[in-house]
Amino acid sequence: MKVKQISIFLENKSGRLAQVTRVLGDNGINIRALAIADTTDFGILRLIVNDPDRAYRVLREAGFTVSATDVIAVEVLDEPGGLAGVLAVLQEANLNIEYLYAFLQKASKAALVVFRVEQLDQAIAALQAKGIRILSGEEVYAL
Amino acid sequence: MYWDREYETMSREQLRILQLERLKLTIERVYRNVPFYRQRFIEAGIKPSSIRTLEDLRRLPFTTKQDLRDNYPFGLFAVPMSDVVRVHASSGTTGKPTVVGYTQNDINTWAELIARSLTCAGATRFDVVQNAYGYGLFTGGLGLHFGVERLGATVVPVSGGNTRRQLMLMQDFGTTILTCTPSYALYMAEEGQKMGLDFKKLPLKAGIFGAEPWSERMRQQLEEKLDLMALDIYGLSEIMGPGVAMECAAKQGMHIWEDHFIPEIIDPATGEVLPPGEQGELVITTITKEAFPLIRYRTRDITRIDPEPCSCGRTHVRIKRITGRSDDMLIIRGVNVFPSQVESVLLEFGETEPHYLLVVDRKENLDSLEIWVEVAEHMFSDTVRKLEDLEYRLRERIESVLGISARVKLVEPNTIPRSEGKAKRVVDRRQI
Repeated sequence: MKVKQISIFLENKSGRLAQVTRVLGDNGINIRALAIADTTDFGILRLIVNDPDRAYRVLREAGFTVSATDVIAVEVLDEPGGLAGVLAVLQEANLNIEYLYAFLQKASKAALVVFRVEQLDQAIAALQAKGIRILSGEEVYAL
Repeated sequence: MYWDREYETMSREQLRILQLERLKLTIERVYRNVPFYRQRFIEAGIKPSSIRTLEDLRRLPFTTKQDLRDNYPFGLFAVPMSDVVRVHASSGTTGKPTVVGYTQNDINTWAELIARSLTCAGATRFDVVQNAYGYGLFTGGLGLHFGVERLGATVVPVSGGNTRRQLMLMQDFGTTILTCTPSYALYMAEEGQKMGLDFKKLPLKAGIFGAEPWSERMRQQLEEKLDLMALDIYGLSEIMGPGVAMECAAKQGMHIWEDHFIPEIIDPATGEVLPPGEQGELVITTITKEAFPLIRYRTRDITRIDPEPCSCGRTHVRIKRITGRSDDMLIIRGVNVFPSQVESVLLEFGETEPHYLLVVDRKENLDSLEIWVEVAEHMFSDTVRKLEDLEYRLRERIESVLGISARVKLVEPNTIPRSEGKAKRVVDRRQI
């Protein structure tokens, strides 16, 4: 049920993001979702791609500091209160969200949101118990 | 005006006789009391009795900062600890500082030499000396302090920092002599100007500026802005602290007090003593110190000796402004900093081959230090909070090792230039 996310350390200077996307593009890797967390000095680019292992390798070879992190991709109803419902489940289970971001495209009628929580397995269990759909890695990479 | 006319104006011939006598005693003492020196002398085939002339000094091996480190903390002391009344410390090349000790006689000598140095700047017991060198392990503050008291002037032990308070005291106490680093003096001048302070109306007459390299350009600025006579003072904790050498009103270099120290200039690459007047590394032998005598200590400071007589009448030779270093030491806000100290911290953080760069700059006369650290994979975390925490912990640790504040900036791999396989560790953008 876990999806592998690629994180890249970027300094806040022009052209760095372009460089990452160029490396991925040159290697035929498609970006499914992305988010940037930044401070005044640096940023962390988080990516869901169609081939995370390959993305990890090619970015590393290109000289970037890269890490792979497990996250979950949750189907959220594309209607008012959709996300609130998912968050309520996690809150009830006392699970702290480190960060979340949305996919660029939808899976059928629902929106897709990436969640990073420390206790992934507990989150998966809590969400599934409420009938919320979590996509597998294979499903996400093949989107 | 002299503090100690007899010694300050002694004939060269007499001075040489005195130096030889004191050198012989020092060599005998270290041979007897410091195993490190005895071992070194034996290896070099030298006995105390081999020292018959001042020229024989050249036969003795050098002492380096590494030797001080190897004998940390008290291994090179030549007296029992019961005779040591004070210790000071300065930056070592890694986490451990360089420790020096003083007997009561050493403290007295130091005070005498500072009193001499203050007199060079025209100070008398009627002066108010605002001492803005840092107090503590650093030799600047306490060194100057005892000398001002010896002179009989009034010392204001304000220490460094808190510029507003400095300027207030300067006005309220009628400071006549300011002692601090030249860059801090310039900073005070500019802060004072911003507050609308007219230094021409203050009784300031001289500034004794040291602990970092400066220039004639800075002298001009300091004299104009603060309306005083700006003089250079030289010292290093290993040898004593400030007051090893001091400029007189002729402003033609710093008289090194040769009745207590023997200076030599060597080629830093070969160790050969250079002919008089040539530029090279300053090597100093102490000939009166009791607790921590140093034989041919390599200061790593680059300068030259001017042996010409001085118009002030003092017979002691002058060393010229320090123009650089023969090692990679930096002086930031008067504090000695070695890139290897930063490296030792990164090693503590699990870096096996740390890539880092010290970026030093001077903005509004204040030195800033930024340390760039390449983020290796094992340091990298997916969350901002953890990376910021890493920055914070690195900064805390680096500050505690260096003794000055620094900013840590995490950078991407391979952003720090590597030249010929060896990384460049320092970018110094300061214009002095």
